[in-house]
Amino acid sequence: MNFFLEVLIGGLLSGLMYALVALGFVMIYKASGVFNFAQGAMVYLAALSVVGCMEKGAPLWLAIILAFVIMTLFGIATEKFVLRKLVNQPPIALFMATIGLAFFIEGLAPMVFGSEPRALELGIVDEPIPWILDNWNMVISKFDLVAAGVAAVLVATLALFFQYTRVGRALRAVADDHQAALSIGIPLQHIWAIVWGVAGFVALVAGMMWGARNGVQFALTFTALKALPVLILGGFTSVPGAIVGGLIIGASEKLAEIYIPPVMQDMFGGNFGGIEGWFPYVLALLFLLVRPEGLFGEKHIDRV
Amino acid sequence: MIKKFKPAIAAAAVSLAMLSQMAVAAEEQFFPMIDYRVGPYGSNGQSFYGGFIDYLNYVNIKEKGVNGVQMTYEECETEYNTSKGVECYERLKSKAAKSAGPIHTMSTGISYALIDKSAQDKLPLAMMGYGRTDAVDGSVFPYAFPLVTTYQMQASAIIKFLKDKNGGSLAGKKIVYLYHDSAYGKEAIIAMNAEAGLNKFTVVQIPVAHPGNEQGAQWLKIRQERPDYVVFWGWGVMNQTALKAAQKVGFPRDKMIGSWWTGSEEDVIPAGEAAKGYMAATWNVAGKQVPVITDIEKVVYGAGKGNMEDKSKIGTILYNRGVSAAVLSVEAIRKGQEKFGKGKALNGEQTRWALENLNITEARLKAIGATDLLPEIKTSCANHEGSGKVKIQQWDGAKWVPVSGWIEGNKSLIHPLFQASAKQYAAEKGITPRDCSKEK
Amino acid sequence: MLYREAGQFKTTYAADQQVFPIRQDRIGIIALLVVAFVGVPLFASEYWFSAILIPFLIFALAALGLNVLTGYAGQLSLGSAAFMAVGAYAAYNFQLRVEGIPILVSFICAGLTAAGVGILFGLPSLRIKGFYLAVATLAAQFFIVWCLTKFPWLSNNSSSGVISTQRLIIFGYELTTPVEKYLLVLSIVVVLAMAAKNLVRSATGRAWMAVRDMDVAASVIGIKLMPTKLLAFAVSSFYCGVAGALYAFCYLGSVEPDGFSLDMSFKILFMIIIGGVGSIMGSFLGAAFILLLPIFLDVALPFVADLFGLPFSSATVSHIQITVFGALIMFFLIVEPHGLARLWQIAKEKLRLWPFPH
Repeated sequence: MNFFLEVLIGGLLSGLMYALVALGFVMIYKASGVFNFAQGAMVYLAALSVVGCMEKGAPLWLAIILAFVIMTLFGIATEKFVLRKLVNQPPIALFMATIGLAFFIEGLAPMVFGSEPRALELGIVDEPIPWILDNWNMVISKFDLVAAGVAAVLVATLALFFQYTRVGRALRAVADDHQAALSIGIPLQHIWAIVWGVAGFVALVAGMMWGARNGVQFALTFTALKALPVLILGGFTSVPGAIVGGLIIGASEKLAEIYIPPVMQDMFGGNFGGIEGWFPYVLALLFLLVRPEGLFGEKHIDRV
Repeated sequence: MIKKFKPAIAAAAVSLAMLSQMAVAAEEQFFPMIDYRVGPYGSNGQSFYGGFIDYLNYVNIKEKGVNGVQMTYEECETEYNTSKGVECYERLKSKAAKSAGPIHTMSTGISYALIDKSAQDKLPLAMMGYGRTDAVDGSVFPYAFPLVTTYQMQASAIIKFLKDKNGGSLAGKKIVYLYHDSAYGKEAIIAMNAEAGLNKFTVVQIPVAHPGNEQGAQWLKIRQERPDYVVFWGWGVMNQTALKAAQKVGFPRDKMIGSWWTGSEEDVIPAGEAAKGYMAATWNVAGKQVPVITDIEKVVYGAGKGNMEDKSKIGTILYNRGVSAAVLSVEAIRKGQEKFGKGKALNGEQTRWALENLNITEARLKAIGATDLLPEIKTSCANHEGSGKVKIQQWDGAKWVPVSGWIEGNKSLIHPLFQASAKQYAAEKGITPRDCSKEK
Repeated sequence: MLYREAGQFKTTYAADQQVFPIRQDRIGIIALLVVAFVGVPLFASEYWFSAILIPFLIFALAALGLNVLTGYAGQLSLGSAAFMAVGAYAAYNFQLRVEGIPILVSFICAGLTAAGVGILFGLPSLRIKGFYLAVATLAAQFFIVWCLTKFPWLSNNSSSGVISTQRLIIFGYELTTPVEKYLLVLSIVVVLAMAAKNLVRSATGRAWMAVRDMDVAASVIGIKLMPTKLLAFAVSSFYCGVAGALYAFCYLGSVEPDGFSLDMSFKILFMIIIGGVGSIMGSFLGAAFILLLPIFLDVALPFVADLFGLPFSSATVSHIQITVFGALIMFFLIVEPHGLARLWQIAKEKLRLWPFPH
């Protein structure tokens, strides 16, 4: 039982790390209907900017600010030079453009900041909390708790931002209907630039958390793969969905990795571990069969 | 990537006529470099191939080539992608028709795809510490060379190291084998199982799905299993994640021993404090105290011909490993020239013969200043591996420190496994193995 | 002038319904086939066969398969490489386990196996649409590759999961040289491409397009969604499966499950988007573009760097290649979001009048 709880809690906390990445996807999809494949690459770019600036001698706080500036500028440039030119194109063309963008970043970022894997020290050690370990014999990592806190704050901030600011309201209007938003005088392009800026900020937070956890390196782009099932489960357009989806995926994936392979081993013989790669996808898929628009996605009604 | 390297004098040559004359006069030994410097494993490639190329240039500058034969090379970027690797191979193949050094791809996938092709084209394929391990049996694989040592021999050597540490017996111990769930990670399982049967310990296999940036479940399982040791076969981001995750569940790092692809600076530095005390196998030591490394820095970088952008990487594990691969390749060229004529470039067939008849002794290594960069190597038709020895090193938080001498894996246990596998391959492919007793 | 159909009268239904109703197209296709079957083998070097032409044809076939699914039936898929893997491993196992099976039959069986798996993973498409479906097809991608790694029977108990393909023997003749392999691949691709071209003009193809444009509307006019979508998955996977078998047997010779990675699926998707979604020819153009561009950059960039004496290191050149590749994809989409096939159509319109534009 103890072990089960340990796995469950570890999974929930990992799930929040996935949610951090998924949030970036949600931001952009919500406001512009673009499935931004480059989100993983942006996470990489953001983390690399932080360590890059620190290597050039900036203290951590300054590096974070600089990285934020870089990400914002990058977001604005993307909007201006790529997406603006692709307005009214089919979604698949926009999707493809973001794949091109991903390659662009994957080539450019290491060219500027260097490609060797580096450590990012945020001053939080990834160690079990001693008194939980002593009293309950359970491993709960300090770092994971901090990351969970960061995710919570981020979501709260985003929710407030969407709900109560002028820009937030405009964002929601754009998300509802581009044309209608334009017709009442909302500057579409400004809004998109802001969205990309915010997505850059989310990428920065995710990049720092993942970078501190696994080191800053090319593999940060793979974090996107962990975020996709979260995204389908939670719905592409829902901020809380990303969090809830993350929790479900994280917990079930860890539990599955522990408890399913032994069962399969009894059935077929051989070693069936390493199911984390596909399990979340299959889970999300099964879930979609019941609710095709995801947990919190908007119900889509087809009209002829 | 055409980057022909001309001797230093040639650069000074003013007249065009002189240049062309030089090109005709100087024999050139060509190395097809199917390498990678970008992508997920790009930084590994940069150090390895940087070291390799630096040593070729070092030979060119320091001794004006091997008996006057200049080492040249051409690079082709694979991004660690198999089909790009094949394209590169085909592109460089025609250039390698006249003279060819061993091909190092540093990718298991690419070397698998090249095994048949290279045998057909008569080009020697070196797989130092990766690739198809049953190619140790040269009777079936005449052109493939898993030189120095293989995964299975490495696993066996690691077990031997642990055994010695435990007073000569591992009976009743429990060892977790945590591996990258791919061809690379699975190769050593067979050796682990064989050793477990022999030494009466239990092995718990725990695979990690690619890319391995999330190992929470695996490490909780390890915590539950309470093993005495974790033997660890990771690659890329999986390495740092494992070290961090070990810290997270409080598993002592000095009970973790990794393979040689988990034991470079690139693998431990990103993990920060979490990596301290961690051990890994290697066949080459790190650091600049190896004379040839210092000399490369002086001679090659002094002449402004260095290949490494980031000079601080000189003397790292992977850089030195690149140098060790180049030392081995150049020694093969030397050996081949002894047989086929000094001052002449070797073609693929001749290089193949040389690789099969290598005999690099400790004294020879000392003479070229490469002590501890390689174990002694003696290859033959029946043994394309040549050594099977590794050292164990430990990360002290700032650098890798060797903590053992050369340890040889259990050859009588492991090599029959290769022969059986090679035999099956020969049967499937309809290859008639050579008779090794008739080879000279 | 060069490309004008004026004066070509159709007097029979057969003439009106043929695959290439315009004479110039027919001549063009025949000329192209002659060049591909006769001209290329005469002049191309071995490098071109083994490194460019064979992979080009194989990837074009896979892209064609994906195009049937995505371009014609409107179901976005990110699992093409996995279906190729199914084809590769199935062909290997048919050769291994069925005594005396001809290689071509095992390729067809491989395609059928892939089609079966495709139908299985196509089932969710009845409920799920758009990007949700795309991400769901990732389940197929990861699950299939995992299965191939985990069930040793599939790779004949090889300790590493890698398979080495058997020899290619057709009617007692063994194909060994790149030219022979090229001709085999070319023949298969031509036959399948023709079949696809016909299929998409048939009732089935029209049903696919109706579903693509709006599936609710399609079902209202009496198209049964389930068989239509599943057939698209089956046909698409069949093509990918055959492509996978060729990839293993005619191109690499030995493959590992991890080789059929997500990257490869994406590459195939790039091909159809760059080439043209919903165009048979686009699949070929896209495959050529995506395969050749990196090679071109690989050769050209160091040359340019040398020319201007730029002090690039090898690593920098490699990074620039990726950056330029990404930038070109974006640039290209901005210039022509409908793909290369659309450019070709525009060219045809122009050629109709050229050289007398008025």
